[in-house]
Amino acid sequence: MTEATATAPGRPLWKRLNFHVLGPLLALIALIILGASLNPNFLSYANITNVLARSAFIGIIAVGMTFVITAGGIDLSVGSMAAFVAGVMILAMNALLPAMGVSVWVIVIGILVAAFTGLAAGLLNGLLIAKMRIEAFIVTLGAMGIYRSLVTWLADGGTLSLDFELRGLYRPVYYDGLFGVAWPIIVFALVAILGELAMRHTAFGRHCAALGASEQVARYSAVKVDRARITTYALLGLLVGLATIMYVPRLGSASGSTGVLWELEAIAAVIIGGTVLKGGFGRVWGTVTGVLILSLIDNILNLASIVSPYLNGAIQGVIVILAVVLQRERKSAD
Amino acid sequence: MSAILALDRVSKSFGPIRVLHEVSFDLHPGEVHALIGENGAGKSTMMKVLAGYIAPTAGTVRRDGEAVAFPSSRAAEAAGIIMIHQEFNLAPQLTVEENMFLGREKKRGPFLDKRAMRAEARRLLERLDCPVDPDARVSDLSVPARQMVEIARALGRDARVLIMDEPTAVLTGRETDILLDQIDRLRASGTAILYTSHKLDEVARISDRVTVLRDGHVTLQAPTRDLNQHRMAEAMVGRELSDLFPAKTAPGAETVLEVKDLAVPGHVEGASFTLRRGEVLGFAGLVGAGRTELMEGLVGLRPSTGRVRVMGRALPPGSVRAAREAGLVYLTEDRKEKGLLLGKGLRENLTLLALDRFTKLRIDRRAEETALDRAIETFDIRAGDREMAAGNLSGGNQQKLLLAKTMLAEPEIVIIDEPTRGIDIGTKQQIYAFIRDLAASGKSVIVVSSELPEVIGLSDRVCVMARGRIAGEVAGEDITEAAILRLAMGYDEEAA
Repeated sequence: MTEATATAPGRPLWKRLNFHVLGPLLALIALIILGASLNPNFLSYANITNVLARSAFIGIIAVGMTFVITAGGIDLSVGSMAAFVAGVMILAMNALLPAMGVSVWVIVIGILVAAFTGLAAGLLNGLLIAKMRIEAFIVTLGAMGIYRSLVTWLADGGTLSLDFELRGLYRPVYYDGLFGVAWPIIVFALVAILGELAMRHTAFGRHCAALGASEQVARYSAVKVDRARITTYALLGLLVGLATIMYVPRLGSASGSTGVLWELEAIAAVIIGGTVLKGGFGRVWGTVTGVLILSLIDNILNLASIVSPYLNGAIQGVIVILAVVLQRERKSAD
Repeated sequence: MSAILALDRVSKSFGPIRVLHEVSFDLHPGEVHALIGENGAGKSTMMKVLAGYIAPTAGTVRRDGEAVAFPSSRAAEAAGIIMIHQEFNLAPQLTVEENMFLGREKKRGPFLDKRAMRAEARRLLERLDCPVDPDARVSDLSVPARQMVEIARALGRDARVLIMDEPTAVLTGRETDILLDQIDRLRASGTAILYTSHKLDEVARISDRVTVLRDGHVTLQAPTRDLNQHRMAEAMVGRELSDLFPAKTAPGAETVLEVKDLAVPGHVEGASFTLRRGEVLGFAGLVGAGRTELMEGLVGLRPSTGRVRVMGRALPPGSVRAAREAGLVYLTEDRKEKGLLLGKGLRENLTLLALDRFTKLRIDRRAEETALDRAIETFDIRAGDREMAAGNLSGGNQQKLLLAKTMLAEPEIVIIDEPTRGIDIGTKQQIYAFIRDLAASGKSVIVVSSELPEVIGLSDRVCVMARGRIAGEVAGEDITEAAILRLAMGYDEEAA
């Protein structure tokens, strides 16, 4: 009988700007100021491009992860999946080389193979979770081990390298760009914008949030629950494929240690951005902020010599835990 | 005899909103005191003040004549004042005995004294005449059995005052009888009982005194024998009450729904019935007779076999979406778990079922806002703030929001399961009027209800279910309590 008011998105702007939404953004601004004051090169074109391009892989994956988590799921397999996709892609391109020669078409087919492999892997996760009703945590924990092992096996314990000449042809996809903006940054930005649109303005995004908030209510409201859930995992798989497509030209190789801990960074970015881990509420912009925060910390540690860069992981860990504590504060403040 | 628990000019405000205004009230040992009022009148707040969950803003709480301020509900429990919530406070995965002794386990040395606890649990349950096994898991118990476990647990804590929030809302007639017997027995042993209910016949039957709250004021406090139900209802609503049920209009001739040999494995067998345009068809029966399962099977929420034709067209089984597209929607009895996203706003809830109506490629937010405006007006949804979460609405307003959500799908046939569960009489009247209006406008309605007066007052025809089958059908003048009960209990077979 309390007429308690809840803070929900959609109110007048000044009411919506609570600490919860502003927090990650303020943290990002603080980091930029800190970085700029510690090292004059921080705001240089080269450094900004470097930071953004490197954060693009995790960023593209984290946007997909936002949908999975919003719908009440989790995917621990994305890091190994990326390594596996990279391995398969390199093997496919190398195998085509004798028949097709050094041509753009080899790369196009490689890209299609990567996209397809990612999509198929995500779809498989989704089917096992939605149709076989196995816990997402278990399915993706298993998948994480499987893909990691498969890529190590494919590389025979070593490194799978893309043919040197093909590498030269493929390199621009990572290193070149449009109007001085590197391709990975452009792709990340596009994925983020489309993700934000899908989350906030389409029935799919609304269904994900409903599903994460209460599967029962969604089912009783004629939402195709299984299909929506599978779609989130398939979408994430496809985005893992896309991230790999951007990643392979950077080093031109894949090994058992490719993409290690990417799942952790992607999940961390989603949570820092204010998406609720239990599901029901997700923010793609928040995730983008989260990704940038994580990569800026890494960058600042590398540029400034106050704290050892080896402590990067520890600092990221503290920030994730802090973000969840802040989320809870907001809940009790409501 | 002096009051065991009393409120002296107690007020309570939440922020700027005053929920209780100088409420004075007293409760005596061996008394059953009914607290009634519409949703939002302040009943829950008053009970929570009494049970130490919240502190009053002004005024005093007295126990045995002395002013007390319970720092917590735990302190109130220690003083023998125990509240049983509508949503039970039991851990479903634990056994009955474990629940009853949770937080005050008996021990022998460092170990649990299971035997003593089990014996004590059995003794308490026997005292209530309740055949529940102390080793049974709470998740396996029926709702009324859980209620008994709650009461037994309260007794185990030497309850001198028992505060019950709508204990009979989820019980059938027979189960209610059992509970009322127990209350009678507790009264005889000197326990003071305060309880709330929307069922006035029950209040008239069991209580010694009645306190009526309206908008946080006590509008009536009198011995029950000096009151009748009409007087109570008027004190609650604050105006003259016209007839609760609107007049019935004659249904059309066209058959809009034809169900043949529908079976829901484990729950329903061989159910066949038809529904005509403009008809209100009631479904009566005891809880567990399979009414909800039949409806859920019908709309594709449960696996089912059999033939369903909507407007002459066969409905593919197992798809809620297909049913909705054919014009058939189901409004669940469980609005908190299955009906509404309690943490989401009104707008998101309203449009969820019919979201594709608002979506081309992207969702048309402005159309959604317009739909919300219209729903608030049409269904008289009283929300303090249109951005508030659905979970913060009162029960009656949640039900209206759920109705609005369902109607947004523009169905031809609406199945409403327990349309007025846990809802005050004023809102009930609105919902009844709405259902009849719907029928008058040429839609067809199926009403599943455990409240016989509701089924009788609303329906043109009533199907009665018993043990997973449709036991029979009554129509028009033949719709009487006796006829329905006879079918529901299966007396007819013996008579034949």
